[in-house]
Amino acid sequence: MRYLQVLPFTLTLALFLVAPILLIGVVSFWDYNEFELLPDFVWTNYEELFEASVTYKIYLATLKFALLTWVFTLVIGFTVAYFLAFHVADLKWQIVLFLICTIPFWTSNIIRMIAWIPVLGRHGLVNQALLALGLVDAPVEWLLFSDFSVVLAFVHLYTLFMVVPIFNSMMRIDRSIVEAAFDAGAGTWRAIWYVILPLCKPGIAIGTIFVVTLVMGDFVTVQMMSGGQSASVGVAMNNKRALLQYPAAAADAVILLLVVLMMVAALMRIVDVRKEL
Amino acid sequence: MRQGGRRKLEFRVLALFFAAFAVFLYGPIIAVVILSFQGIGGGLTFPMNGISVHWFGKLFEDQMVGDFEGSFVRSFTLALVVMALTVVFSLAAGLAFRKPFRGASVVFYLTVASLIVPSILITLGIGLMFDRAGFEPQWYSSALGAHLTWTLPFGLLIMFAVFNRFDPSYEEAARDLGARPWQVFRYVVLPIIGPSLIGVGLFGFTLSFDEFARTLLAAGVHNTLPLEIFGMTTNATTPVLYALGSVTTGVSFLVITLCLVCISILRLRRLRHGSDAGRGTV
Repeated sequence: MRYLQVLPFTLTLALFLVAPILLIGVVSFWDYNEFELLPDFVWTNYEELFEASVTYKIYLATLKFALLTWVFTLVIGFTVAYFLAFHVADLKWQIVLFLICTIPFWTSNIIRMIAWIPVLGRHGLVNQALLALGLVDAPVEWLLFSDFSVVLAFVHLYTLFMVVPIFNSMMRIDRSIVEAAFDAGAGTWRAIWYVILPLCKPGIAIGTIFVVTLVMGDFVTVQMMSGGQSASVGVAMNNKRALLQYPAAAADAVILLLVVLMMVAALMRIVDVRKEL
Repeated sequence: MRQGGRRKLEFRVLALFFAAFAVFLYGPIIAVVILSFQGIGGGLTFPMNGISVHWFGKLFEDQMVGDFEGSFVRSFTLALVVMALTVVFSLAAGLAFRKPFRGASVVFYLTVASLIVPSILITLGIGLMFDRAGFEPQWYSSALGAHLTWTLPFGLLIMFAVFNRFDPSYEEAARDLGARPWQVFRYVVLPIIGPSLIGVGLFGFTLSFDEFARTLLAAGVHNTLPLEIFGMTTNATTPVLYALGSVTTGVSFLVITLCLVCISILRLRRLRHGSDAGRGTV
C-alpha cells in the first residue's frame, strides 16, 4: 500500500529527473560533428573543457555572482525574518507581512526581471531622479545590463528563499532563552550574535542551499539582466547547446552538477532538512 | 524585559527596513503595471504620454505578440494539470511517508535533488531524451514532466510539514467509533489538511504557469506563455511587453487571492463547526 502511494511521485521523478540526468552523463562521452551526435566513448569533451582557460574564468564569475547574492540575501533575509519573528507580536500582522514577502514567489520571474527596465534603464526612474537632483550630468549606464543589475535581480528574486527558512528557525527559538540573554546584560547585537544567529544555523543553511544552487545553475537571469554581456556557467552551456554541441554542453552540465552537489553536501552537514519541516 | 525606549527605536528602524524591502519587491512591478496603460505615442519609460488601454488591445494582434492567445491557453491548461497532479501525487506520497518504509530515504533524496539540480540540466536532459527516443517534445508531455520536477518537491515538503504537526489521535478516535479507513481519510484527515492541500495546489499552479528555465528546451514547437514573453524581450520596443506582464501578473494574483480566500473560508468554517467541547454536557 505504501509503495502504491509513493509510486506516482517516484515514477515521475525517475522519468523526468533521473533518466534525463543519466542520459546527459552518457551523452557527455559522445562525439559529434556539425550535423549529428555520434554515440561513442571519448573523453574529449571533458578534456576540452578543462584545457580551456575560459572555463575557469566562467566558474570564477559564477561563484562571484553566487557569493555576492548570498551575502545580500542573507543580510536582508535575516533582518526581515528577525523583524517578523521578534518584533511583530500580532499573529495577524505576522501572517500579512509574511505573505507580502512570499507573494512575488508565485509570480513570473521573467516579468520581475523585465520590471527593472523602467526603473534602471537609461531613461528610467533612477536616472531621472539622479539627473533631477543634479547628482549626475549624464544618465548612469551601468544600472541596467551589467553585473550590478544581474546581482540586483538575483537578490530581488531569491531573498524570499532566505526569509522563509530563517523565519521558520526563529519561530522555534524558545523566547525565554533570548530573555535570559537580555537579563544577563546582553545588548541587542550581542543577543543576536551569540544566541539567535547560532540557533538560526539550520534555516540559514537551507536558505543558502536554495540561493547558491539557483544562482550557480542560472542562465536566464544572467543573460537577460546583463544584456548578454556577462558570462556564467549556465550561459556558456546554453550557448554550446544552441550551436548543437550537445556532448560538450552535457560535459559542462555534469561538471556543474558535481560542483553544485559538493556545495550542497557540505551544507547538508550543518542541517538535517527533514527535521526542519 | 528591556527598556521600552530602545525597543521602540529598534522596532521603528526595522519597520522602515521592511517597508524599504517591500518597495524593492513591488516597486518595479507597479511601475510596469502603470506603464502598461501608457498612451499611444508613449514609450517604455516614464513620463506617461496620456492614458490608454491601447497596448492591451495590441496583445491580440498577431504581429505584435507571436501567439498570445494560444500560449496563454496552453500555459493555463498546463498549470491546471500540473496543479491537480501535484496535489494528488504529493498527498499520496505524503501519506506513505507517515510511517517508515524501505527506500523512504531514496525518495526523500530524490525530492531534494529535484529542487537543487540546476534547471538547465532538467531542460537539456528532457530535450535530449525526447530527441533520442524519437518523440516530438510537446507542452503537454515533456514540458509537463519538466514542471512536475519543480512542483512535486514543494508539494511533498509541504505535506511533510503538515503531517509532522498532525495529531493521529483524531484518526484513532474515528477508528474506535467504527470508521472504515476510507471514512477516516474522507471525514477526518481530509478536512483537517484541506487548507494545506489548497496551498500545495497554489504552488503547483503558479510555479507551472510562470515556469521558464526548465521549459525552454522541453516545450516543443508550441510555446508556453513565459517562453513567448522571453522571446519578446529581445525585440520589444513598445509597452505591449508591459501589457503582457500586467496580464500575466494579474492572473497570478487572481489565483493567489482565490487560494488565500478559500483557505481562510475553510479555517473560519472549522472555527464555527469545529469544536463541540463543553456542549451537551451538564
